[in-house]
Amino acid sequence: MSEIILENVVKRYGNVAVIDGLNLTMEDNEFTVLVGPSGCGKSTTLRMIAGLETVTSGEIYIGGKPVSHLEPKDRDIAMVFQDYALYPHMNVAKNMSFALRLARQSKTEIDKRVKKVAEMLGIEPLLARKPAQLSGGQRQRVAMGRALVRDSGTFLFDEPLSNLDAKLRAQMRAELALMRQRLEKNMVYVTHDQVEAMTLGDRIVVMHQGIIQQQGTAEELYKKPVNKFVAGFLGSPPMNFFDGILGESEGQLMVSGDGFTLPLPDEVKARIQARSEKAVTVGIRPSAFLLSPASGRQVQLELPIILSEYIGSQSVIVSNLGGQQILIEVGSDTPLTANEVLSFAIDPESIYLFDAEAEVAL
Amino acid sequence: MKPTRFLNRATPYLFLAPAGIILLFALLYPIGYLTMASFFDWRMGTPFADAVFYGFKNYAWILNDPNFHESFMVTITFASTVVVLEMVIGVGLALMLERPIRGMSVFRTIFILPMMIAPIVVGLVWRYMYNPQFGIFNKTLKKWGFEPIPWLSSPDWALPSVIIADIWQWTPFIFILSLAALQSLPRSSLEAARIDGASEWQQIIYIKIPLMMPVLVVAALLRMIDAFKVLEVIFIMTNGGPGLSTEIMSLQIYKTAFVSWELGRAAALSNILLVIVLVITLTMFLYTKARDARMARIQAAVEQY
Repeated sequence: MSEIILENVVKRYGNVAVIDGLNLTMEDNEFTVLVGPSGCGKSTTLRMIAGLETVTSGEIYIGGKPVSHLEPKDRDIAMVFQDYALYPHMNVAKNMSFALRLARQSKTEIDKRVKKVAEMLGIEPLLARKPAQLSGGQRQRVAMGRALVRDSGTFLFDEPLSNLDAKLRAQMRAELALMRQRLEKNMVYVTHDQVEAMTLGDRIVVMHQGIIQQQGTAEELYKKPVNKFVAGFLGSPPMNFFDGILGESEGQLMVSGDGFTLPLPDEVKARIQARSEKAVTVGIRPSAFLLSPASGRQVQLELPIILSEYIGSQSVIVSNLGGQQILIEVGSDTPLTANEVLSFAIDPESIYLFDAEAEVAL
Repeated sequence: MKPTRFLNRATPYLFLAPAGIILLFALLYPIGYLTMASFFDWRMGTPFADAVFYGFKNYAWILNDPNFHESFMVTITFASTVVVLEMVIGVGLALMLERPIRGMSVFRTIFILPMMIAPIVVGLVWRYMYNPQFGIFNKTLKKWGFEPIPWLSSPDWALPSVIIADIWQWTPFIFILSLAALQSLPRSSLEAARIDGASEWQQIIYIKIPLMMPVLVVAALLRMIDAFKVLEVIFIMTNGGPGLSTEIMSLQIYKTAFVSWELGRAAALSNILLVIVLVITLTMFLYTKARDARMARIQAAVEQY
């Protein structure tokens, strides 16, 4: 019983509303990821939950208790910071036990808990070292350990992996996922990295300009983005967008734009019948371009290879459709030569449509 | 081959040599001259050539002189009191005024003004303020119905009065350094401490002060060195009196040289002061070094393990 509820939370600096009426419920023991580009308000939201930032209006509940006027220490939370925020003058053991010592726990209890967590994180040999003598990855673990030792109901993570190099980040991400399985705790995790968000989160909350764009599981967000922003933010390489116009030909709803005319599935037609002749934004994921002859209702597109990037398991082709640069993802065993024209099939089911002005999904 | 190699290795030192020689001369010549003078019975107004070699007699005389003992104690009392109080008040103020408050920058500027005033003027101003009849302190005391205090004229009050003036002038120095140190502390570590449950006080004691320590040690050291050499303010306010109650060592040196005209003895006295300051400085320096070395040993042990 310690779900976190944000109710109409507003944060203003002067006249600028950084967070504008945020409503969010995070279930008990849920791993919630707040994700968005920098400046979207995700860190501010986390810091308000932590109590490091005041709430301008609205209320935050942790376990049913309003906490917005409580000090951080009275909120039963532990936090991992982006720069680790270790105490430079204390060794690892002292860093980890600081909260317990402040809480006047017995020495045996403190030693027991520090040892247990240190074992779990593999940092036992480092206990006597100071933060300055640790590598980035080790500091990261200590920061994690300091949070774990406290056994709080809620864990807050503020971009904990973004100061690590790519290899370590992937490794720590996996460890976090493992840790998450073992711990029955609320976890709120802020990141700008969509891969972290999608791999770690039970619930992903996409934020932009201080507003929640969409929340749900990774799959829901990837397959059914509610607007152009979410569609473009999740997925790598990002979705391609084109301007298009809806139209009908022989009873078939079509969308056409510079260099393409694509049929749309019937259920789309049922949904947006009234909107033919309307300007829309067409979204096609790079992986939706299939290197096979069109079959059934698929459409064939001839696209030139301007550039290809080999990235191991895939290659990303930079191409051009109607004067606009697009990205296409293909298996890396495909032989690619510059300026060659390839023939791709597009399934109408894999086309996303967004209102050209409101940018909401159609 | 060989000469080139020698030249290669010597070149950087050759470039450094002129500056090094000038520096060495500028530093050591006065101290050397001072030390030499301290071994002679040299009177003001006579050429050094006529001075009689005295050996360690000047030093022996000083170390047996009850006036020196008195002055030594006054100096130690003055310097240690001043440094401790200035550190406590300066750091305390910095901790209190760290937060952004409206008009803070104006206040800060006003606050560091005393530091910029010439010591002679500070001495004069405080002498007037301490004046038993017209001084602001006694006037105020009288207005509130208290007995006037013989600030500078009583042996019991003179040293505290002088100490108060020094605190007024030099606390801002500690304040400014502490404030700079505070503002450069890692923000997120302090936030982590808040989340870990540290109250304002606990943050100060367990996080802020330990992290400010390197700056505080240097600040205390600088103040300590300065406090041992203070002259003008006390010279103007009390001229060492009443009796010897405020006669700090530099004032005694001045009087020995320019009142008693005993340059050799004044030089010996200077050297003693130099040694005292040097010992204090080195002790503090070695203490910090020893702490670092202890840390390094622990780390080395850990590396092996």
